[in-house]
Amino acid sequence: MQLNIHSNNRSRPVGRALAAATCALLGVQVTDSLAKGQPGEWDVETALLVYSEADDRVQAAEPVISATRNFDGERKLNLKLVADTLTGASPSGATPSELPQTFTTPSGNGSYQIAPGEAPLDDTFKDTRVAVSANWEAPINRDYAYSLGAYGSREYDYISTAVNGTLSRYLDNKNTTLTGALSLGVDLIDPVGGAPVGLSRMPLSNNKSQADFDQEFAATRESDDTKTVVDALFGVTQVINRQTLMQFTYGVRYSSGYLTDPYKILSVIDDASGANFGGNLVGADGNPVYLYEQRPDTRLKHSLYWQTKYMLGNGDIMDGSYRFMIDDWGITSHTLDLKYRWRLSKSYLEPHFRYYLQSEADFYKRYLTASEYNSGTPTLTDASADYRLGEMTGLTFGAKWGYRFDDDRELAIRAEYLIQTNDGDQGFGSLASQDLYPDTNAMWLQLSYSF
Amino acid sequence: MSDSRSFYPLFKQAHRALMLIAMSTALSLTAGCSNLGVKPWERDLLADPDMQLTVSGVDAGLDDHIYFSKEASSGGRGFGGGGCGCN
Repeated sequence: MQLNIHSNNRSRPVGRALAAATCALLGVQVTDSLAKGQPGEWDVETALLVYSEADDRVQAAEPVISATRNFDGERKLNLKLVADTLTGASPSGATPSELPQTFTTPSGNGSYQIAPGEAPLDDTFKDTRVAVSANWEAPINRDYAYSLGAYGSREYDYISTAVNGTLSRYLDNKNTTLTGALSLGVDLIDPVGGAPVGLSRMPLSNNKSQADFDQEFAATRESDDTKTVVDALFGVTQVINRQTLMQFTYGVRYSSGYLTDPYKILSVIDDASGANFGGNLVGADGNPVYLYEQRPDTRLKHSLYWQTKYMLGNGDIMDGSYRFMIDDWGITSHTLDLKYRWRLSKSYLEPHFRYYLQSEADFYKRYLTASEYNSGTPTLTDASADYRLGEMTGLTFGAKWGYRFDDDRELAIRAEYLIQTNDGDQGFGSLASQDLYPDTNAMWLQLSYSF
Repeated sequence: MSDSRSFYPLFKQAHRALMLIAMSTALSLTAGCSNLGVKPWERDLLADPDMQLTVSGVDAGLDDHIYFSKEASSGGRGFGGGGCGCN
């Protein structure tokens, strides 16, 4: 086979590639970008990500540092630190209206107004998150390897912890790797203002005394809550030929506990014929009716993932993957991801395309009708207007450019642009003239340096 | 906005085709294992760092976190994300 590969001088033992393939199954991504792996050295990858959504929505800055200590080429310890700061506004789930709307902030200490025809965004969204992870991997013997990892993160209203372990079995001269992995996570959720009672009415202070409002607000609150998550993965990584590597992974994830988003709400729309048909239902206190969302307290997800890497005769590399996901909330999704690494002598350029399609959750409702609200005794047990649970198409276009000074040092810049579109129930009456599914456009830029 | 509906049947067909490819690949893996793989001296290209399934763990981690926050799906390549109150 005639192959003119200009990177042969960077060749490394294939054990590294297979070990990296195994690590890719871990979720805690521990592989470094340049397979330096010299015993006794630290390999460090640093990055700064700036994320920005259009229309004054979420803005974020996220620095990362990941350091891997190589002990003897096969035993490795990875430590990773990620921080992010978020500001901006997030869709609350309420529908736009032809009238001005007033909402209570999550803390209950204030309110915010939304102009007629505008998408209701909660602009009190602000958070800082710090996440640390550690991962150790080592061989057991010639045929087996293992890894152990731990993760912890903290933000204002959320603490997350997880431990994971992986066992890999090499077969056929390491042409095949079988991997089993397990992760256990426990999260503690302590929402601002306390977790609201699902499908209870959002208290609004208009037309009532502060004492009445406070009493009403307290009645809609529960204490903090927890979520447990168990993940299991079973994967096969197969060397197909000299130029092709393939991976199949089946994953199952079971979450239980508080899975609701405490800051999302639903509008209740008047479906009685009359002047207010399609407008916000007005309650006995003279205020529109908004309900806090409620999701089921368990979720079982299955995913199938297939990835192939192929090196062309000129040394360029194609990377394609497809993921199918299905869960017991009624959501199915398809994700296609394609990259092409065009390799020049010391640099590379990598265009990226991603396509995502998801169906809506069984309990996704863009709004509730007054009939479903049923005067405060909803006919539904679960409902959410979170657009992330609705029918959605996502397109991402991106590119990465990297320059390698030598075997150890690389500088890279990456840009991605995401367009999300939603679709679903278009409403009725006066609601039908509102834009119920505005697009979400986001862009992120990342600068990386490895040494 | 309504474009996504028109994509759906198209994507369903593409999905079926992809599943067929994936299944036939899986079958060929199990049926013809003896033909797959390389000899130890043929591993030069596979050992190239750019041939790792995840070339940059940092890139993958950042993207996974973004998509976890913006979509109902997560995981697949690895564990299903999490560690934040963003979903």
